[in-house]
Amino acid sequence: MTNSALPTPDAQNVTTIDDAQSVMPDLPRRARILKTLRPWLKPKIVLGGTVVFMLVFIGIFAPVIAPYDPNGQNLINALRAPGWFSEPHFLGTDHVGRDILSRIIYGARISLVIAATVVVISGVIGIGLGAISGFFAGRTDFLIQKLVEVVWAFPPLLLAIAIMAFFGQSLLILIVALVVQRWIPYCRVAGGQALSLRTRDFVDAARSLGASNTRIITRHVLPNLIQAAMVIGTFAMATAIIAEASLSFLGLGVPPAIPTWGSMLADGRTYISTSWWLALFPGLCIFFTVLGINMLGDGMRDLFDPRLKRPGQGMG
Amino acid sequence: MLSYIVRRILGTIPVILLISLLVFMLVQAAPGDPADLLLSDEATKEDIDDARKRWGLDQPIHVQYGKFLIAALQGDLGTSFRYTDPVVTMIVDRLPATIELAVVSILIALIVGVPLGVWAGARPNSWIDNVGSFVGFFGISMPNFWFGIMLILVVSGYFNLLPSAGRSTYGVGGPPITGFFILDNIIHGDWNAVRDGISYIILPAVALGTNMMGILMRVTRSSVLEVMHEDFVRTARAKGVRDTVVLWRHVVRNALIPIITVVGLELGTLLSGSIIVETVFSWPGSGSLLISAITSRDYPLITGTVLTYTLAFVIINFIIDILYGTIDPRIRFDK
Repeated sequence: MTNSALPTPDAQNVTTIDDAQSVMPDLPRRARILKTLRPWLKPKIVLGGTVVFMLVFIGIFAPVIAPYDPNGQNLINALRAPGWFSEPHFLGTDHVGRDILSRIIYGARISLVIAATVVVISGVIGIGLGAISGFFAGRTDFLIQKLVEVVWAFPPLLLAIAIMAFFGQSLLILIVALVVQRWIPYCRVAGGQALSLRTRDFVDAARSLGASNTRIITRHVLPNLIQAAMVIGTFAMATAIIAEASLSFLGLGVPPAIPTWGSMLADGRTYISTSWWLALFPGLCIFFTVLGINMLGDGMRDLFDPRLKRPGQGMG
Repeated sequence: MLSYIVRRILGTIPVILLISLLVFMLVQAAPGDPADLLLSDEATKEDIDDARKRWGLDQPIHVQYGKFLIAALQGDLGTSFRYTDPVVTMIVDRLPATIELAVVSILIALIVGVPLGVWAGARPNSWIDNVGSFVGFFGISMPNFWFGIMLILVVSGYFNLLPSAGRSTYGVGGPPITGFFILDNIIHGDWNAVRDGISYIILPAVALGTNMMGILMRVTRSSVLEVMHEDFVRTARAKGVRDTVVLWRHVVRNALIPIITVVGLELGTLLSGSIIVETVFSWPGSGSLLISAITSRDYPLITGTVLTYTLAFVIINFIIDILYGTIDPRIRFDK
């Protein structure tokens, strides 16, 4: 008998008993996938997820989808009303004849890239500082908490406006300005979680096995923060998109050559009395994007934290 | 209680000092020398040196900060580069308009958001809950400046119902007493002016308040849902107290704490939102003052406005903290 013949029917049976899937051994693969997916198939998550997926798709394939160059001016065609399907410019053109639809498509790209970058950087800073602060307590905790207190004392967006006002327009500064306050929610949640985790048995167990602080934080504390971070990150994404649009609307966002929804709205406000389409479409995009992301975040929070959606007993 | 207030005030002082330092550092770290930026290109080196000396820009940073802080404590935030007026006077002149707008926005948010949240929370999964949750999502997802533009487009432009810019019709209303236009004219008894003022404030206040309305609705709903499970609610109902009374007297009163917390927290968002909404509606408040200061690189005016906004936010949070104790006797301050 050769080795190649080894996986006998008997051997296979032995492995399936230990396997977690032995509970539903006869379930076809598709049903199993469906079972793991089921909790995710909530209207909020599906709707929100679809919006986010479409946005990412449009953002990535902007050069392919956009019918025109987003910065291509054509003064003869300026302020042309939406032509829907009868004219070349589906959503009309702006005051220098740029195609609104193409600018919106490219705007999705900018909004997404900025928001995603901001959320990731804020998450890394916030969770890092939070985990350190909660885990070590004492003086480190005090210092980090003071920093949180001072930065959080500024009304949201005001600090970003001030930073943009003093440092001028650039993508990098915009991202810094948006991160400046956005890491704090992560930091608070991470700090609280880490504080409660450090007294748990599995951390004691790890420490008695000789694990270093770094190892305990990266292997035992951080993985426990992922779900909370995902929810915070989703909502942070929504606020980052609105904040970026607000700054661009005020003329404090990215340099004017880059098409963004916010700066399109600023143009739209100028031409509000004659050309409604300039202000309508970019705003709709911001609204639906943020709505989708908020729904996704809401759905995820319900999923991860069942305490928050206890069905009420109702009245009447 | 008193010792708690004193302790809180003492705890706030370092925060305020750090805020002032941070704002001061922003100006210092900004690229370019204000003297360079403000004088024309034809200014000679002597002119620039002279200007630097006049504005105290030639001194070491810690001296500059010390002077800035001492002056600020005495209520002197410097002189506007552009208007050559004292920054404090300019802000004080504009502040009532911003406060007026903020107050009306909060009222709108409370009047719509809280009852909707209470009804939604009392009857989860009913049609009112669905309406409420739609309003909630709408509120939190709507960018206030776009909502403002759309209100102008539809309400002012298309239906021609309400004015879209400014605070009152020119020449209407008596001389200012408090600076609050509507209040002043109520004192004057000039009802035409009051009506005029209200017609001007509705659109910006709705645009500014929608966000808080959505958040309030959501928080009220979940807070009511939570309280509905408490024993005292069951006891009250078992005693035969009518549902409406249980809901509005027992449940809502106990659900108030998170609602007040949210109003406090969201006031910051409302304040910064007012900066943008004021710009959209040409509302003559301190928010549009800040934006015009930024456009003209008027550094003392920018720092002054940012400091005022932040200080206001810190004070509001402080008041909210104190309010907790009076609403919820369970909260003890002496620990």
